[in-house]
Amino acid sequence: MLAKRIIPCLDVTHGRVVKGVNFVELKDAGDPVEIARRYNEAGADELTFLDITASSDDRDLILHIIEDVATEVFIPLTVGGGVREVGDVQRLLNAGADKVSINTSAVMNPQLVKDASDRYGSQCIVVAIDSKRVGDHWEVFTHGGRKATGLDVIEWAKKMESLGAGELLLTSMDRDGTKSGFDLELTRAISDAVDIPIIASGGVGNLQHLVDGVKEGRADAVLAASIFHFGEYGVDEAKRYMKQHGIEVRL
Amino acid sequence: MSVDIAVIDYGMGNLRSVSKAIEHIAPAANVVVTSDPAVIAEAGRVVFPGQGAAPDCMREIDARGLRQAIIDAARSKPFLGICMGMQVLFEHSEEGDTACLGILPGTVQRFPHEAMRDDQGNKLKVPHMGWNNVHQAAPHPLWVGIEEGARFYFVHSYFVQPTSPEVIAGFSHYPFPFTCAVASGNIFAVQFHPEKSQNDGLTLLGNFVTWNPGERDAACDMSGAACA
Repeated sequence: MLAKRIIPCLDVTHGRVVKGVNFVELKDAGDPVEIARRYNEAGADELTFLDITASSDDRDLILHIIEDVATEVFIPLTVGGGVREVGDVQRLLNAGADKVSINTSAVMNPQLVKDASDRYGSQCIVVAIDSKRVGDHWEVFTHGGRKATGLDVIEWAKKMESLGAGELLLTSMDRDGTKSGFDLELTRAISDAVDIPIIASGGVGNLQHLVDGVKEGRADAVLAASIFHFGEYGVDEAKRYMKQHGIEVRL
Repeated sequence: MSVDIAVIDYGMGNLRSVSKAIEHIAPAANVVVTSDPAVIAEAGRVVFPGQGAAPDCMREIDARGLRQAIIDAARSKPFLGICMGMQVLFEHSEEGDTACLGILPGTVQRFPHEAMRDDQGNKLKVPHMGWNNVHQAAPHPLWVGIEEGARFYFVHSYFVQPTSPEVIAGFSHYPFPFTCAVASGNIFAVQFHPEKSQNDGLTLLGNFVTWNPGERDAACDMSGAACA
């Protein structure tokens, strides 16, 4: 039976892993290659790297990091952040990424999702959606959560699926960094609306939140950062906990 | 330096992962990523990976003049197909109604939308993405050291349906059983990604690097017959 995936997320800037709260207040969490190695040994099912570097000068750093990780960690690697054109997708895949995550550029230029998935296959195109509750619905935000788009998250998710996204990384900005658990209602609404896998993200504070994301949110994968980076929980511990709660995992 | 292992590059996907994984498990091997038919012909072993869509794969293979080199390699030396590199070995793919290489009899079909429910009625997503149990249908030198039911990483929307059940080397469930590994003579091909399947994937790649399909015990394993 297909296992639900646990995906540690590494936000990388200036060659270091950092973690912020609500997209600000960055805190250093260590060397990306070292952290990737540790998570691999602990049984992570995939790793996601988000390049949150603001300046384009540092853009090549993430390529070197991915190259280094890919020579010794043999699980799927997803990389996102600053992907603007098909050439960026190509560079990341060549460096050793298996999937490339597109966020702001998908909103600015939805054709990029189509072009990239036509060229490299849907399996390697992840569309990241930063979602915020606005009134009675959820709205897509871009630019690291700073800019409202007016787009409805459910409609946007369907559109991205139709343009060739192979997977959606759904982040609740209301929950990100709060440790109060995933936005389960949001996760479930999107998971029910599309046929492609959903990665739930934003808000994990304990292991029960991961279980809830799968059971209540119907997520195919759960992504978390700070609970793993700062040693609160191990990836292996998280998987055992999920298994105890009846979730199929890879142990 | 002679080429031990040629990884066929036809512009479809991440070949770095495949070559890096082989180099990791077999540091002494000379691994070359190539689209040169002469290098493929000369190599001791051939890995045929691939991602993306079947029509694009076939078009790229022909655009690079690789069709005959792939067919020759699949007939003559240890040959490992991975993902799309497994699917296009068959005759026809439903994906874009594509004629494939026809090295193995059978077709490639999409996971049918109406069948994608688990036993509790929950929707199953396509692509089939993630770690699933691989059941070994028959003993094979490439399974050595890998536990029955071990999990490998998959990402695909189509699966192969071989005409001859005797080539089925492994299967998985999603939600019905589907063929995820085939073995025929010097060909072994898998739907999952050994290069992304951590230790068990590396074990399989390591087995491929030392596999000698000409050996008597290997032939016996594949036929499933008792060997006197």
